[in-house]
Amino acid sequence: MIGPFSDPIMQRALLEVTLVGVCGGALGCWVIFYGLSYASESLAHGLFPGLVAAALLGLPLLLGAGAGILVAALGVAVASRIPGVGRNVAVAVVVTFLFGLGVLLALSPASPPGIQGLLFGDVLGASDTDLALSGGLALGIAAALWLLHGRLLAVGFDRAFARSLGISAAAADAAVLTLLAGAILVGVQGMGNLLVVAVLVGPAATARQLSSRMAPMMLLSVAVAVLAGAAGLCLSYYAGTAAGASVAAAFVAAYLLAAFSGRTALPLTVEELP
Amino acid sequence: MSVLAEAAGLSAGYGGVAAIEEVSFRVRPGERVALLGPNGGGKTTLLRSITGEAERISGSLRVSVPHATVPQTERSRLDYPVSALDVSLMGSLAGLPWWRQPGRRERATAVQALERVGMVQLAGSTFGELSAGQRQRVLIARGLVQEARLLLLDEPFTGLDASSSERLETLIGELATEERGILIATHDLEQARRWDLVVCLNGRQIAFGPPGEVLDLAVLEATYGGAIVEIPGNGGMGILPPHHHHRP
Repeated sequence: MIGPFSDPIMQRALLEVTLVGVCGGALGCWVIFYGLSYASESLAHGLFPGLVAAALLGLPLLLGAGAGILVAALGVAVASRIPGVGRNVAVAVVVTFLFGLGVLLALSPASPPGIQGLLFGDVLGASDTDLALSGGLALGIAAALWLLHGRLLAVGFDRAFARSLGISAAAADAAVLTLLAGAILVGVQGMGNLLVVAVLVGPAATARQLSSRMAPMMLLSVAVAVLAGAAGLCLSYYAGTAAGASVAAAFVAAYLLAAFSGRTALPLTVEELP
Repeated sequence: MSVLAEAAGLSAGYGGVAAIEEVSFRVRPGERVALLGPNGGGKTTLLRSITGEAERISGSLRVSVPHATVPQTERSRLDYPVSALDVSLMGSLAGLPWWRQPGRRERATAVQALERVGMVQLAGSTFGELSAGQRQRVLIARGLVQEARLLLLDEPFTGLDASSSERLETLIGELATEERGILIATHDLEQARRWDLVVCLNGRQIAFGPPGEVLDLAVLEATYGGAIVEIPGNGGMGILPPHHHHRP
């Protein structure tokens, strides 16, 4: 596994995958237990027009993705206030509209070639600025998760109890969603718009099979994300497959391996919070 | 003697609609107070009005000491990745600013609380894998870590076998002697008779006082809506469970 990583491009890709793995792996455990898998997929798809617009205008992709997430979140918030429209429906309508808009922009004849790559990511093409921004975001997310750990754990366990201690459950939800937006920003460049969810859900679901405590689960999830990420890069290097897709495939393989290795620490189903 | 909590003419409920009315009672240190009433009679609403989850509509309610709720454990998620110690430790968050994690001192307090409720050997066990009685005791430990002097137990005996019930009742008795007040929602009339005070609720308060004085047939019928039977032989009375309730 050392061979491919003597190549400077692969070294940068490994750094990128590590940053994505640290954010996605750690936060993914909260995504699962706060019932936010659907929300993370929606946020990722909803920011697509922002990503495409940034590419067309030559702005940093992270900036476009950030603006895209804001627009998507605002759209969902407004749409779910329309009487008779449930939150799930509002999310589905807004996100498919935004994603369609992004695809329309990306596939128009005026768009430069290669822009479709935004859908599947370009883990090998991260610039110094991209890496530095991702690194900063990843550091911020890790620090926030460390600071908020006890409170997030209490809210996820028993919301009424948390409220009785003066911990706002809504603030905890908002914190996890904000961090989720940050992690998607870190991951979307390398993994692409369609595959970034894989890093948020795959390693965490794998770790959940192997651990029944939150903190070890998060560390395990990060380890799975980074190792499977590196394995995916190797696969891509030797088999000539697309890097982002190979990494996503490695996450799925890790999950299947854990699920069928016979050791299930906790039941598989997680009910979504109301 | 000081009063831990006192209600006078309290109406409380949700969204402006009262679920309980005319509730007046008092809890002093060392007292175990049973909340009796049918399902939907307002036992949980009364507990929630103390925690602030239900709104006070009229009357007064004064709670003068820190309190903690021991909820029915099916409300807690049993697939959640926490140990008994983690749950006990959650009680310490009340006294910490938001940026601080529980440290060594808080951990020692949480272990001590588990010891107090007889759960220290199982401190490392996953909460969801404990028995219902063990989970109740862990949640009581969480309340002790909160330094609560008023404990609110919502049907803690539901789903417990005889020996777990007995252990829990002994623990409740011990905690009361340590100058705590304990409010316990229960369906067990015989248990309530062993405690210090009862509040009978059926939408409104039917009675409040020592069980020996208060629990007569008229009060029980008003509380449970007539489904009271005398148990032949032992001179006691029982509540006819709803699923045995035949209407012509």
